[in-house]
Amino acid sequence: MRGALVVVVLGLLGGGCGRRETEAGPAGAPATFGLGRPATADEIKAWDIDVMADGTGLPPGSGSPAQGAVLYERKCAACHGKTGTEGPADRLVAREPRQGFPFGRDPTLVKTIGNYWPYATTLYDYINRAMPLNAPGSLAPDEVYSLVAFLLWRNDIIASTAVVNAQTLPRVLMPAHDRFVLDNRRGGPEIR
Amino acid sequence: MTDAPISRRALVAGAAGALGAHTLRRAGLAQAPALAAPPDPTKVPGQPTSALGQRSTFERPRRIPSASGQGVSLSPLQDFCGIVTPADLHFERHHAGVPTIDPHRYKLLVHGMVERPVVFDLETLKRFPAVSRLHFIECSGNGSAGYRETRPDLSPQLVDGLTSTSEWTGVPLATLFREAGVKPGAKWFLAEGEDAAVMTRSIPIEKAWDDALIAYGQNGEALRPEQGYPARLLLPGWEGNANVKWLRRIEVADRPFMTREETSKYTDPLADCTARMFSFVMDAKSIITFPAYPVTLPEKGWWEITGIAWSGRGRITRVDVSTDGGRRWAPAELEQPVLAKCHTRFRHLWNWDGTEATFSSRAVDQTGYVQPTLEQLRKARGLGTHYHFNHIRAWRVRRDGAVSFEPEG
Ligand code: HEC
Repeated sequence: MRGALVVVVLGLLGGGCGRRETEAGPAGAPATFGLGRPATADEIKAWDIDVMADGTGLPPGSGSPAQGAVLYERKCAACHGKTGTEGPADRLVAREPRQGFPFGRDPTLVKTIGNYWPYATTLYDYINRAMPLNAPGSLAPDEVYSLVAFLLWRNDIIASTAVVNAQTLPRVLMPAHDRFVLDNRRGGPEIR
Repeated sequence: MTDAPISRRALVAGAAGALGAHTLRRAGLAQAPALAAPPDPTKVPGQPTSALGQRSTFERPRRIPSASGQGVSLSPLQDFCGIVTPADLHFERHHAGVPTIDPHRYKLLVHGMVERPVVFDLETLKRFPAVSRLHFIECSGNGSAGYRETRPDLSPQLVDGLTSTSEWTGVPLATLFREAGVKPGAKWFLAEGEDAAVMTRSIPIEKAWDDALIAYGQNGEALRPEQGYPARLLLPGWEGNANVKWLRRIEVADRPFMTREETSKYTDPLADCTARMFSFVMDAKSIITFPAYPVTLPEKGWWEITGIAWSGRGRITRVDVSTDGGRRWAPAELEQPVLAKCHTRFRHLWNWDGTEATFSSRAVDQTGYVQPTLEQLRKARGLGTHYHFNHIRAWRVRRDGAVSFEPEG
């Protein structure tokens, strides 16, 4: 499904890109100014932390729900609740509704990993860069994998015995993965 | 205006006189100024020159920050005239606080599908040919207070305080992309911030070739920390969150990255059981900022209804105002300049007869899009949506002059 969505995205937004990629600058300006310095491989590596839906960017390492449970209790439960449902910060666990995706109709439903997130890789990317809120960027890859495993297990998406790593995580199919559509608003008289 | 001819100047003078009676009801005015005014300012020397100007001590416009100090801080729309938002009153929205970034250590990395991965420091960014443009930035969650559960005691600030207009100065992203040499097949880029959220959004590369800027200037000076000091991404007309502040990295790619802020958040569940993603453009919208809660009109007679209108798709071409609950509409006066993807000030003269009335505004943009009614928007989006609340806003004035917010009009 990820593949299908990406193809649609490209089809819609990529029209004419081939021509415009080489778009010329303003009249009288040189093609390039020769400003800026070449980036070193090390500085790219230090900052390039993003993880894509196909797993590109996932580091070596692995984790399990059991390992994650221990970490969660220590580093996350204070804000997200003992079982991921109590808050005060964002609810991280909700398996329902699994059917129908009625979020647009019912404003009382809470969107979470289990019922709304389309990609499991996003969980790695986000926890790694932004959580825990009071010490962002402090988790080692094995810890992030473990927390991801714990949250996917709590949301009934993977088994309690599953091992999460760079190979298995991109293959996790999220319950909401085929619910997302591209923006079809185009201006003009129609209200969308 | 059907009443006896009346000169514009007389009207303004009259309004100014009347204003005195109710100015204390305007939120932005100080009740007890720190510097007392002498009985006759012409009889005493005034204050000396100063290195840094201050607002008159009689003026106290304030943002409304969220209680936690995290999240949002609403801009006092009712206290502004014209279209530009003073930089210290620009709305705030951040996900992990405002970072402190040393401009001497600042660098912007551009890499990914480019011929030459490159680093620009701040001085280098400023060496490129610069442009200055007036644009609004609006948080895509702006207006939520008026959509589901609304209250009559909402001010323009509480309804729509997450939009602001500034003159932004910076270098077109296209210039930097030419410098790095974008490879064929590149379709998206990731923009990443240097805040504690390390905020990331995927942006279609078309926007870079169109009008995206790396901005370092705001209203004639350096960006405010809350707006992304020392440099931010500016995507004219697109939802605030995608205009990544404290920008440190751009990675060019052939597909979107599916970050948390473009999947879990900033997506729009629809009534048909799907959810819309990458809904970047802010559709046309307007709000009357005077008269509005908590103002009380002291007397009937001539009043100027005024407000702002804007569209992420281009210029505002018309703003209609109704003073009878949306039955009849008359075009308001659009004040120049009317700029694309920028707040536009509108004005409409109204002779209030002292009876109850509901007044509202409706913006139209250059694509022919007409700001929808609440009913139209709910029909298209469902009740569960969390972003892009651009339906018509209305205000109700009672016989005693008290004005309150109405979700529909
Ligand atoms: C100090 C409080 C705090 C701690 C500790 C904390 N979080 Fe969070 N978390 C938050 C807040 C607040 C948000 C919402 C942030 C936002 O919306 O920008 C959040 C958001 C999240 C989200 C995204 C939820 C969604 O549906 O979009 C995930 C996932 C998450 N946290 C995981 C974790 C994990 C795992 C830990 C432990 C390593 C953790 N958090 C520790 C406060 C905290």
